[in-house]
Amino acid sequence: MDPVNKIALLRGMTQNRTRREALRLAGLSATGLMLAACGVQGQKQTPAKPDAVQDYWAKQKKTGKVVFANWPEYMPEDKKPLEEFKKATGISYEYKEVIDENASFFGKVDPVLRAGQSLGYDIVVMTNGIQLQHMIELGYVVQLDQAKLPNFNANAGAKYKDRSYDPGNVYTVPYTSGITGIAYNTKYVKDDITSINALFDPKYKGRVGMMRDAQEIGNFGMFALGIDPEKSTQADWEKAGAKLKEQRDAGLVRKYYDQDYIDAVSKGDVWLTMAWSGDVFQRQLAGEPVKFVVPGEGGTIWTDNMLIPKGAANPIDAITLMDWFYKPEIAAELEEFIQFVTPVPAAHDILKEKVATLQGKEKTDLETLVNSPLIFPTEADYAKLRGYTQLTTKTEQVFNRIFQTVTQA
Amino acid sequence: MKGRLTPYLLALPSWLWLGIFLVVPLAAMASVSTTTGNNIDGFVQTFAFSNYTDALSRYSTQLARSFAYGAMATVAMLVIGYPVAYFIAFKGGARKSTYLFLLLLPFFVSFVLRTISWGFLLADDGILLGTLKGWGLLPAGFHVLATTFSVVAGLTYNWLPFMILPIYVALERVDPRVIEAAQDLYATRLAAFRRVVLPLSLPGVFAGVLMTFVPATADPVNAQILGGTSNTMIGNVIQTEYLTNLAYPSASALSFTLMAVLLVGIFIYAKALGTENVLEAAANR
Repeated sequence: MDPVNKIALLRGMTQNRTRREALRLAGLSATGLMLAACGVQGQKQTPAKPDAVQDYWAKQKKTGKVVFANWPEYMPEDKKPLEEFKKATGISYEYKEVIDENASFFGKVDPVLRAGQSLGYDIVVMTNGIQLQHMIELGYVVQLDQAKLPNFNANAGAKYKDRSYDPGNVYTVPYTSGITGIAYNTKYVKDDITSINALFDPKYKGRVGMMRDAQEIGNFGMFALGIDPEKSTQADWEKAGAKLKEQRDAGLVRKYYDQDYIDAVSKGDVWLTMAWSGDVFQRQLAGEPVKFVVPGEGGTIWTDNMLIPKGAANPIDAITLMDWFYKPEIAAELEEFIQFVTPVPAAHDILKEKVATLQGKEKTDLETLVNSPLIFPTEADYAKLRGYTQLTTKTEQVFNRIFQTVTQA
Repeated sequence: MKGRLTPYLLALPSWLWLGIFLVVPLAAMASVSTTTGNNIDGFVQTFAFSNYTDALSRYSTQLARSFAYGAMATVAMLVIGYPVAYFIAFKGGARKSTYLFLLLLPFFVSFVLRTISWGFLLADDGILLGTLKGWGLLPAGFHVLATTFSVVAGLTYNWLPFMILPIYVALERVDPRVIEAAQDLYATRLAAFRRVVLPLSLPGVFAGVLMTFVPATADPVNAQILGGTSNTMIGNVIQTEYLTNLAYPSASALSFTLMAVLLVGIFIYAKALGTENVLEAAANR
């Protein structure tokens, strides 16, 4: 049985199939015993040669259409940046909010791309974690033609170019960034929190929220021990794991959260928690008593990146749109809605100017945004920020196990 | 000849359905459960049965916990569900269908959303606990979320109708005349219930327990949303192994173990308490 069909079967046959294919699969059931003899084959790819990349792009033509797969709440509801794109370039768009988690998204697209089929998306957005690395390693990502990214080269902030997870931006360009720090509810926490040690303070027993994601919680365990996750080794992970286990066994942690931490801290179920900057900012605008701080010991910066998946039908239109988001005025429009951290610093000045033209609540809201260190981090904040731990296929298993023993007891 | 084949031909679609969507995936999963490797370099069949022992030794706590939670929730559902079914069947009168509709009403809302709304309901300073704390009936630090209680309560709530419906069907079929007969023979109301109604409803109880214990044991959602740091169930572990770690062999091994234990458990349960035996035991009393 070929690996493609086998993976599809494993995944519960979620793809559309023609009747003929279904019958073929039914026939395969008769040879069920054969299954025992075969495994799932690997797909590891070596990067394409520069000539091949040039050839690929030389062959592509503008089609006048682009399909953009993104996360929820990552585009204003009126789709203004995309409408303007359509007006300026004549390229029509389809915008789909189909990604809500890296792991499950990768789980969905892996069998399709492995089968050499097209996802039907020209741009997808993924965080700089292990799944993005898998996408690149497996050869699922089209190498970008740098000559087609003039706005990116001119306007992207230095912190967003040439990052360790994709040196030279060969495969990806950032869509938006965010910071993982500590959020606390000022109704219950009266002190000013500045240190990561607050998460380990017995005073807050049972009122601390931690994140369930191995890379997120792993980074915080390491910050607490003064370890730089970007340079960490297995010994460091084990130490961090032990530290976090101690925190759990002492009853400090209420729960290991996914996205639901933000409700928990604003309702007061937890008093302080690991948190993502943009979420907290939105709660602040809504008037809830939550504060966000990048701990002195360090915080995590993560980036959601745009990439073109292999088999995309409209790559020229896709790369044109990717570059479009790096026009400062477009980046400013997006930032006003997304409220995480934009990779285009020039957007800051545009928004500052816009404040003067507004009135009333709109004005104060935008003013808060422009002046917020959550949205436009200070140099001092940037100096404290580190990326996720760099993992390989081998070390990933070790790393995950260490931190999952903490979060899934 | 044709007449004899007809039933088999009519059953053919369901056999095909089972064959394609149950047997084939199960066979594939069985095969993957003994492979070694990773998603990038590929998984190779090495007949590594150690995958099972490794996974079991690593996650035995979560597995045992799942069965405990499943059992607790099933007992709770039985205790809560039986009287409800009894009420609808015997006292429902003309409003029977209304009650049944109300029972099924929550199913028009997504399972996950229903569970999340429990999170809101049970929040430390939420509608329920906040009010009670405000009246000074509960200490300020008291909480329900992130405890075993909230997970089991969530499981109980989410599958309760599957317990009530089969019991209701069984009770509904009890001929009122047999109860009358019991009373004519000087049985008290309690005795009539214990000796007549209860035994007649046991097939429903049997079906209800099966329909609720299995999904409650395997469920990952309630533990995820309502649980705390030590309420992880085996469903959560399998989900993480499959989707986050892409560790298909160990995820498959765990799934099979869960399935095997459930099957053996059900088999023993059916043997010991099988409907026929139950009826016989009741008749011989």
